[in-house]
Amino acid sequence: MKGLFTVFRKEVRENLRDRKAVFNSLLMGPILFPILFIGLSYFAVSKQMERAEQLLEVPVVGAEHAPNLVRYLEQQGLVVQDAPEDPEEAVRRQDVPVIIRIPAQFGEQWAEGTPATIELIADPSRRESETPMRRVRSLLRGYGAQIGILRLQLRGVSPNLAAPILVKDIDLSTPQSRGLLLMIFLPYLLMITAFTGGMHLAIDTTAGEKERKSLEPLLINPVPRWQIMSGKMLATMVFAFASLSLTLLSFRFALPFMPTGALGIDLTLDARTVGGILLVIAPVALLAAAMLTMLATYAKSFREAQSYMGLVIMIPMIPSILFMVNPVKPETWMMAIPMFSQNLLIGEFVRGELVPALWLGMSIGGTLVIGLLFAAFATTLFNKPRVVFSGS
Amino acid sequence: MITVSNLHKSFGKIKAVCGISFKVHDGEITGLLGPNGAGKTTTLRMLYSLLPPDEGEIRIDGMDPTRDAMAIKRTLGVVPDSRGLYTRLTARENIRYFGQLHEMPEQKIQSRIEDLVQTLDMGDFIDRRTEGFSQGQRVKVAIARAMIHEPQTVLMDEPSNGLDVMSTRALRKYILELKENGHSIVLSTHIMQEVAALCDRIIIIARGKIAADGTAAQLLEKSGCDSLEDAFVALIGSEEGLLA
Repeated sequence: MKGLFTVFRKEVRENLRDRKAVFNSLLMGPILFPILFIGLSYFAVSKQMERAEQLLEVPVVGAEHAPNLVRYLEQQGLVVQDAPEDPEEAVRRQDVPVIIRIPAQFGEQWAEGTPATIELIADPSRRESETPMRRVRSLLRGYGAQIGILRLQLRGVSPNLAAPILVKDIDLSTPQSRGLLLMIFLPYLLMITAFTGGMHLAIDTTAGEKERKSLEPLLINPVPRWQIMSGKMLATMVFAFASLSLTLLSFRFALPFMPTGALGIDLTLDARTVGGILLVIAPVALLAAAMLTMLATYAKSFREAQSYMGLVIMIPMIPSILFMVNPVKPETWMMAIPMFSQNLLIGEFVRGELVPALWLGMSIGGTLVIGLLFAAFATTLFNKPRVVFSGS
Repeated sequence: MITVSNLHKSFGKIKAVCGISFKVHDGEITGLLGPNGAGKTTTLRMLYSLLPPDEGEIRIDGMDPTRDAMAIKRTLGVVPDSRGLYTRLTARENIRYFGQLHEMPEQKIQSRIEDLVQTLDMGDFIDRRTEGFSQGQRVKVAIARAMIHEPQTVLMDEPSNGLDVMSTRALRKYILELKENGHSIVLSTHIMQEVAALCDRIIIIARGKIAADGTAAQLLEKSGCDSLEDAFVALIGSEEGLLA
């Protein structure tokens, strides 16, 4: 086993001297991802506030048919604008997000006591029209409710009769668990960094070795080939793990800078949570190292290997995206699925839930077994002359 | 002592080596001479147990490379055709890495490197990173790392490939020194002068077969030619791939 560690030490030392490797593995993830994350959340929060507080300017067609309603809207802070010639076309052209049209028969309907029609012209498939539409609708509903109550009272009827039930929300989500919505990205980002962090080494130690023409001299040494390959994979794994733990740590220290107060959530990662996340995600570093090394070994050159790597990066995305699109309740059998169980478990950790030991064991064990299978296969690759001499 | 009998190796449909047999005696320099693509590199790769032969037998000091690969690798010093170095390591670190892979004690590695720096004249660049080394410097490092464990038998695949005149002279001097110190050396080459200047025994390989085997004098006699070059052409039956 001495040979394995000799190879391991040499690969680590050599790659620590490589600026590209250090940047890709140890700096890019930890710096880039938290900045991206914080930046995006600030942007989202500020946009949301801007839209909520923005002056609501809405063109009204046929304002003269309902002067009281228009006055009410103005009292509520809505700025009534002159209507364009062709309201539908104006909305379609995105000149304005929403237009109110009061038909001529509004007064008639109103006087008869039948529901008087008001038209809201908007294109809900445009996301920017969402907020103004919601605000206009709630203003109109408020006016309608107010008039309804007045009408009932005029006729000596208690308005409560028209409200047979009252729905009350009892919100059991905690500021912590609301933070999960944001944290759904965290396991995904961590797994990506495991792959990007190990990528450079996986290529350099296999395809790179072929390209430099140093693989043949290396294999002439009296060290079994599986040990040489394992030493290389171990170095890749250490870089992958270093990359993801540095990213996690930098997240932990970046969290206080996030606009959590504005979002009404509480996001902290205490030492216990960080430890739990690292424990759960560590086997992913092995899996990533084994998969990356296996693929890179088949490549003849650095470039060829790099072109495969783009595809490998997609692998951790698949379970994460499935989970984002279709959130499921964690169940025991799911814990055996690598890169999916990590998503679920990290979610539970961040919510502050207690996780059954069985789940932990299944997730760690399941990922380890699959990682070791890939690794075992990779160790046989240097026994194939076709793989060793390809490109020479 | 190396004995090779009836060696065969094909890659798909290409027969690289078909029925090669020869002997390498201790304390001699044996040259495998042949045009490019004759099967020299493949033969050597089978000797240093990187490729398993399809057929035939190899014995190096009584050991079989297909069975005692690790033992063979410990006794052989190999300078293969590929001489890539790790460019982010210094020459010394490159050599030390191979010493460590041979599980040599650190002290022994250090003193061995000092010896090799002397004999191969590497003092100027031993502690420099190997990025940008000249061909001559690279070959010296490749030889040093192959010799770190003081192997009795040395295999060199076209060692003077790409070297300038001065480096080639230094290399030949070093190979002769090795012989004087009792090492057995097998080198492959396609360069006539190299064989003439160095080898006690010449094995001519062409198209995966042995064309002739013997001392320079024997080859001249057998072919009835005056110069080795003519003898070579006469023995392999063509001038194809010949580089004098």
